[in-house]
Amino acid sequence: MTARTLYEKVWDSHVIKNYEDGTSLLYIDRHLVQEVSSPQAFAGLIAEGREFRRPAAHIAVADHAVPTVNRHLPLPEGLAARQVARLRENCARFDIGYIGMNDSQHGIVHVIGPELGFTLPGATLVCGDSHTSTHGAFGAIAFGIGASECECVFATQSLRQRKQKTMRVNLLGQLPAGVTVKDIILALIARIGTNGGVGFAIEYAGPVIGQLSMEARMTLCNMSIEAGSRVGMVAPDDTTIAWVSGRPLAPAGALLERAVAHWKSLPSDTGATFDREVDLDVSVLAPQVSWGTNPGETASVTAKVPDPAEEADPVKRQKMERSLAYMDLKPGTPLEEIAIDRVFIGSCTNGRLEDLRIAASVVSGRKVADNVAAIVVPGSATVRLQAEAEGLDRVFREAGFEWRDSGCSMCVAMNDDRLKPGERCASTSNRNFEGRQGQGGRTHLMSPAMAAAAAIAGRLIDLRKLETLH
Amino acid sequence: MEKFTRLTSVAAPLAEADIDTDIIFPARFLLLLDKAGLGKQLFHERRHRRDGSLTDFVLNTPPFNEARILVADANFGSGSSREQAVWALADFGIRCVIAPSFGEIFFSNCFKNGVLPIVVTGETHANLMAAARTGEPFTVDLEEQTVLLPNGPSIGFEIDPWRKRALLLGLDEIGAILADDEADISAFEIRHRADSPWLFLDDGRMEQFLDKGDGK
Repeated sequence: MTARTLYEKVWDSHVIKNYEDGTSLLYIDRHLVQEVSSPQAFAGLIAEGREFRRPAAHIAVADHAVPTVNRHLPLPEGLAARQVARLRENCARFDIGYIGMNDSQHGIVHVIGPELGFTLPGATLVCGDSHTSTHGAFGAIAFGIGASECECVFATQSLRQRKQKTMRVNLLGQLPAGVTVKDIILALIARIGTNGGVGFAIEYAGPVIGQLSMEARMTLCNMSIEAGSRVGMVAPDDTTIAWVSGRPLAPAGALLERAVAHWKSLPSDTGATFDREVDLDVSVLAPQVSWGTNPGETASVTAKVPDPAEEADPVKRQKMERSLAYMDLKPGTPLEEIAIDRVFIGSCTNGRLEDLRIAASVVSGRKVADNVAAIVVPGSATVRLQAEAEGLDRVFREAGFEWRDSGCSMCVAMNDDRLKPGERCASTSNRNFEGRQGQGGRTHLMSPAMAAAAAIAGRLIDLRKLETLH
Repeated sequence: MEKFTRLTSVAAPLAEADIDTDIIFPARFLLLLDKAGLGKQLFHERRHRRDGSLTDFVLNTPPFNEARILVADANFGSGSSREQAVWALADFGIRCVIAPSFGEIFFSNCFKNGVLPIVVTGETHANLMAAARTGEPFTVDLEEQTVLLPNGPSIGFEIDPWRKRALLLGLDEIGAILADDEADISAFEIRHRADSPWLFLDDGRMEQFLDKGDGK
């Protein structure tokens, strides 16, 4: 039998039919539904008089528009309250599971899917959100879709797709102290470009993967879309199986044993070929920070703001000039001299317990700089409660951080958590696009440890130098 | 879905790489519940100053304020999956976007809304960008798979046959799947349930999540 990749195995097991033109009808096992991308999909379904094919394959939560403070109060009247209410009404109408804002299982779709065991190895999972690639960390084919496709999954539990090309990213070497998986993914995007992964399903492989926790693998797969790839995957292994076992919606008992046997057959076969291979030696990486307005515009924190004059390609040069103008940065400025106003620790990229533990270990016993307002937004209520049980909330509060309720918050700035025009933020989120954290706001992407260090220093700083700060 | 067959219009030149969907449709407008009427928010921050006055952004500048074709640069529509980006373009009147590469989800969303994304690269793209700047109209013919320039060459483009057909007919894709593939989906589901029963949650376990409400 032909050697197959992880992606090909999961793909093959979900093909309902192949059309003559080379596209396939792909079966979708699971669908995460949120308030922003679903109203028009529900409305379309209702307008056509259609029904859900399989209501139990969907679960809904409002994460983008919800506030992260005063959750005990009713939402203030307005668009956000209407959007959250609409999701709840739609779910009630079609018998779709709905997790409320104050539920102990609330959180960002991409944090709670895995927590619930809704996300499983070998599954196909979609959501009207580009960071659905997160769930590929479990060896699922998981990808973001538009609202029309959400409607298609409601009605047909399938999507017509063309199989992606495959890219293997081999992570080699040993992670140096102070360097984390966020630095790996930012460095990768800087290297292959924000459209380097377009058309490819990425599989992250190599000796580093085995050392990464599930949280770290989720961070890695989460940002695949920032390299242009809708799908990022890691083969399931013992770490995956241990993490999934015992989750509320995961199989148990004999069914789990059967599932595990299947999951163990999923890793890419020896000799399977990929359309592209990329090797990345993580040993040489320094902590990364973005300086521009897309995640590819990233450099080592030890570097300087690059000079567009040195860029030969005129389109790239023009883009760099525009990025620097938006970011109000001058070529040649050491990145470590950039002062910040705000710090955001959270998001579907870095709002998990491990992220908060790392950030807390950096801020412990220190104080947030006077010029900085800093918030921590746990990715889910589960994360928040676990962090509180460990006393992490106290560590953050004592350092001067605000400790919030779960949601997307300042990663997408659809609630009140947003930058003012001109404010500069050290952020653990995934996008430094113009206006992403608020109109006119300026975002520097980095790891939780680096964002924590920036909060203390009041500027971007190589966290490995933080010891010498006092 | 509105059909796409043939379109003649001036083409607005937008020579900037990495226009993400946050630029096309800023997140704060995502709270709107409808898909109609979003053209007002298209490229909002690029088209408006903070005081509300209009900038000299290309889509504010005649004749391009009436453009139905956009010639963009690499990686257009990258980032967020928000279909509002396409709804806003279509509502503004833009039914065709020509670029060297696209964000994948944006690209897919276009075909669900009667908007034709065309990939052209290299010198061909540069020529189209230059031609767009002259303000002379382009004609895009989907049946023929050509972009015609006035007094210029006819430029061919590639498109998936099923997507072409869907655009030409204004096809309801969901309706087509339900009409043509329903039996295949049902047969697959039986096999899939036998092979991977743990992927099916229809055993009542999802009932715990039914409308628990916000007060818990």
